[in-house]
Amino acid sequence: MVISIILMTVDHHTSHLNSTRALLGTALYPLHLLASLPSDSTNWASITFAERRLLLEQNHRLGTRNLLLQEKLLKFSYLQEENSRLRELLDSTRRLPNERVLIAELLAVDLDPFKQRIVINKGTRDGVYIGQPLVDARGLLGQITHITLASATAILITDPSHSLLVQVDRNGQRALAEGTGGSKKLKLLYVPTNADIRLGDVLSTSGLDGRYPSEYPVGKVTNIVRQPGDAFLSIEAQPFGQLDQSREVLLIWINDTGGLLNLEPEVDDPEPVIDDTPQESEHADE
Amino acid sequence: MLMSNPSAQPVKIILSILLAMILSILPLPGGLEPYRPEWVALILIYWTRTLPAYTGIGVAWCTGLLLDVLHSALLGQHALALCVIAYLSMRTHLLVRVYPVFQQAIVVGLMLVLYQSVILWVNGVLGEDSDTTLYWAPTLSSMLFWPVIVMIMRLVRRDLSAQ
Repeated sequence: MVISIILMTVDHHTSHLNSTRALLGTALYPLHLLASLPSDSTNWASITFAERRLLLEQNHRLGTRNLLLQEKLLKFSYLQEENSRLRELLDSTRRLPNERVLIAELLAVDLDPFKQRIVINKGTRDGVYIGQPLVDARGLLGQITHITLASATAILITDPSHSLLVQVDRNGQRALAEGTGGSKKLKLLYVPTNADIRLGDVLSTSGLDGRYPSEYPVGKVTNIVRQPGDAFLSIEAQPFGQLDQSREVLLIWINDTGGLLNLEPEVDDPEPVIDDTPQESEHADE
Repeated sequence: MLMSNPSAQPVKIILSILLAMILSILPLPGGLEPYRPEWVALILIYWTRTLPAYTGIGVAWCTGLLLDVLHSALLGQHALALCVIAYLSMRTHLLVRVYPVFQQAIVVGLMLVLYQSVILWVNGVLGEDSDTTLYWAPTLSSMLFWPVIVMIMRLVRRDLSAQ
C-alpha cells in the first residue's frame, strides 16, 4: 500500500515513470488489440460482404469529392504562394508553419467512461510524442498524453481536466476553452461580460499555448448566458471534431520540414487558411 | 480437495485475470459503458477467496498496476484499491465461502464500494471529479454478475482437475 501511494505521488508530480509505463504499455498492447478484435472483425466483414453496387457508388462519390478537393487545392497552393510573397513584402515574421501529418486509427477500446480518452494505433515507433495535437477532418480532437511503442493514449478536448486557449475567428477575442466531460461540450472561461461574442461564432486554436498549431477550427458557440452580478459570461461551445464518431484521426507534427507529406492536411482541412488569406491580400493590394 | 493438478492453477489464474482485463476495456454498445462490471476486481475476489495460497496481495498489486497502465490511469491507483479488497477477501475467505451465493454477492458489493471509494478518493485528490450518480453503477452490475462468475469459475477450476 505504501508502495502504491509513493508510486502515485511520483507519477503525478514527476515524469520519471513514463518509461516504465511505456514499457508495461507495450507489453499490454496485445490486450488492446484483442479487445478491439470483435469490432474490427465486424468492420472487416461488412466491407468484405458489402454489395458491389454500394462499393461502386461509394467509389464514384469519393472520386467526385477527390476532384473537388483537388481543384480547391490548386487554388489553395496559389493562395499560399501569394500569401507568403505578400508577407515577405510586408516583412512579417509570422509564417504559416510547415506541418506533417500521419493518419492513425483508433483502437476500439473503452477506457474509463468518465474520462474522455482514446487509444490510437501509433506510438513511439512512428515518432509520436507526448503533447502532440490530434485532429480529424472537421476540427481539433485533443492531444497525446501517454505513449508506448505501438500505441498512444490521447486526452480529448472535452475532458474536464483539459483546457486550451481559443480565439473567435471573427475578431480575435481570446478565451480559455475547458472540457465538461460527458456532455461533449466545451465551456469558455474568463470571457468578460462586455466581450464581443455571439451565438454561432467560430472558435479556432490561437496557437499561443505552444501545444496546438494556430487556426485549427475547434468549435462553434452554441449558448451564451449573461448572469447579472457575474464578472464573466458563461458560454458553451460545440466542438467540430467528431469526438466519438471518427475512426481515423490525424496526428500533426508542427514546424516539421517534412516536404512532401504536407499536402495532406491541406486536403483535409483547407478552410481556416483559405478564409483569411484573401483578406490579407486585399489589404496588401490597397 | 478438488485440485488434483495444482501446477495448472497458476496458469488458470493468470489467464482468467488477463481475460478480465480484456473485458474491462472491451467496447460496449450504446449507453452501457457506465454499467460495466468490475471484472478484474470480481475475478481477484474469487481467486483470493478460493485459493489464498496462490493469489495474495502481491498478485493483486501487480494486476492493479497493469490495470493502471491499460486504462492509462495514475500508476498505483487500481493497485492500491485491489490490494485493499484482496486483503479483505483473504481475511474473510473462510467466513464468506460458506454463505449462499446471494449473500456472497452482498459482501462482494460492499468490497466493491470500498474499491471504488479508493479510486474515487484518489481521483478527488487529483481534482478529477466524475459524475457521481452513475459512478456507483458498476458496483450494482458487478453484484448481479457475481453468481455467474462463481458458476463459470467453478467449472473452470474443476475442468482441468477432472482430466
